[in-house]
Amino acid sequence: MPLTKEELLAIEAMTHEHRRTIVETTLCAGSGHIGGALSMIDVTTLLYSRFMRIDPENPDWEDRDRFILSKGHAGIGFVAILADLGYIDRKDLETFNLTGSNLGIHLDANKVPGVDASTGSLGHGLSIALGTALAAKQLGKEYRTFCLLGDGECQEGSIWEAAMAIAHFNPPNLVTLVDRNHAQIDGMTEDVMPLEPFADKWRAFGFHTVTVDGHDFDAMNDAIREALHRKDMPTCIILDTCKGKGVGFCEGDYRWHYGGITQEMGEEAMRDLDAYYAKRVAAIEQRGE
Amino acid sequence: MGISFTSINQTKLSTGEVYCETLCELAEENPRIVALTADLGQSSKIGEFMKKFPDRFYQFGIAEQNMYGAAAGMAKAGLIPFTSSFAIFTSCRALDQVHTDICYQRANVKMISSHAGTSFGQAGTTHHSTEDIAIMRSMANLVVIVPADGMETANVVRAAVEYDGPVYIRINRGFDQLVYKDLDYGFEIGKAVQLAEGTDVTIIACGSGVFQAVQASAELDAVGIKARVLNMHTIKPIDKDAILKACRDTRRIITVEDHNVIGGLGGAVAEVLAESGMSCAFRRLGLQDCFSPIGYHEDLMAIHGIDTNGIVKSVHDLLKLDFEDDDDWEDEV
Repeated sequence: MPLTKEELLAIEAMTHEHRRTIVETTLCAGSGHIGGALSMIDVTTLLYSRFMRIDPENPDWEDRDRFILSKGHAGIGFVAILADLGYIDRKDLETFNLTGSNLGIHLDANKVPGVDASTGSLGHGLSIALGTALAAKQLGKEYRTFCLLGDGECQEGSIWEAAMAIAHFNPPNLVTLVDRNHAQIDGMTEDVMPLEPFADKWRAFGFHTVTVDGHDFDAMNDAIREALHRKDMPTCIILDTCKGKGVGFCEGDYRWHYGGITQEMGEEAMRDLDAYYAKRVAAIEQRGE
Repeated sequence: MGISFTSINQTKLSTGEVYCETLCELAEENPRIVALTADLGQSSKIGEFMKKFPDRFYQFGIAEQNMYGAAAGMAKAGLIPFTSSFAIFTSCRALDQVHTDICYQRANVKMISSHAGTSFGQAGTTHHSTEDIAIMRSMANLVVIVPADGMETANVVRAAVEYDGPVYIRINRGFDQLVYKDLDYGFEIGKAVQLAEGTDVTIIACGSGVFQAVQASAELDAVGIKARVLNMHTIKPIDKDAILKACRDTRRIITVEDHNVIGGLGGAVAEVLAESGMSCAFRRLGLQDCFSPIGYHEDLMAIHGIDTNGIVKSVHDLLKLDFEDDDDWEDEV
């Protein structure tokens, strides 16, 4: 079922704010993983606004849905959402990456409310998500576990150890998502260490695999809903995304995996984001109901 | 939470089987206990748990990294996972997951790591684990325990369930020679157990070295040398008080471990001694920064000088060093 115009406009507005927060936080910190944060922010905002059953007042609620950000370096995007939800004080974002702050590039689950796993060493998150989902079954709980992988980290063997085990155990309510932004630190994934045929690999490992536009909320919403209903096999949703989405000088450029921005670049980025948002809103308005 | 393990069991069960029996007893009372292995269910003797609690047993196949990561996820959701693998795989193969997913997150995972030291001697050096104490000891948040025999392993497993946080439990392959007759000797995490009184020298041992140390102490006693024996089952947090008392009382200390002398029990004791400002005659017995040859465990212990004969010889060497009898430490540093 497609999202209504109002729902789409609401999520576009939310994501726009999160994108602006990413740039603001990068400016405060001096640098950040801006590219991967901008590619994953759409799906993560969608998850938190429409799927995650959580209680920010009670971050350790045992029955809460879990989100494992396996591509932990995108923490600078995740904190925008956590601040929006009230898990952390918005003012704390100004301390991101600074000495003594609880907020660093790779978020610490023991220090930051709302973070379900300390990630950063790539290739770990899917195993943690598997254990989390197996525990739900063991403990008779109905919480869901969403795991967001980076595409580059799928070069880690441990991801495929986890994939094999997920297909074998098929724990209920585990959804695997991959931010396929095609870029990693040293270059484009297909140049560094090719992943293609990527979807076929997930299929071969026993996953129902779908590829959707990772900036299309309707498509992602449908894919996640379907994944939650599917019980016969696990689902992997490959999100075809653009690294640095929304900021012109970052878009599609692997060199913006991590980078520093000046005040002027920050202002340019904000103008780009506002223009990007206006274009997205106009497209929704044109589309009608 | 009680366990009914007796010395009769110990004579017929390997240490791994004792672990499994104990875990099964504890699991009857605690539904949060689950067992995980990576295709070493038979080798690590956890198979009985699988039969008794098939719904709480997880077979991960030959994929240790995934198992330790999943264990962290389970623990964060409220389970108490006991992982069973070989010490070499816990401490080396899957160390990134152990470090980041378990120790850093303080996940309540109990890592039973068997076939430690040279106890799987015949399997070859790829299966010896003679660095794991040093590696695991450097992991913040982690408790590191090396039980001396099956009886102690039973106590450690119970204590690990009661303790909230990650624990590394290092056991051997097969049967261990018996140090304890029963469970009631006051096992406590972080508290060394004195097994022989003595004022001439202290032998601080862990794991398979403990039985050898007790034997050595008895042999030395026969020739009039009083050797104190401390079973330093907990490597971290180490019992500083027992070490410093030994230094004051005996002024000669020998450590015994089936492990490289760098960074293990000997290293831990040396750190305590060095920071105390007191000096004493000191020797670390173990693998002298080498990989072990292949062979039977008892032969390898002899080769590395950590059997009874090796310990006795080292004690005699150490006693040749002369120390003053006064309490003035200043002139001896």
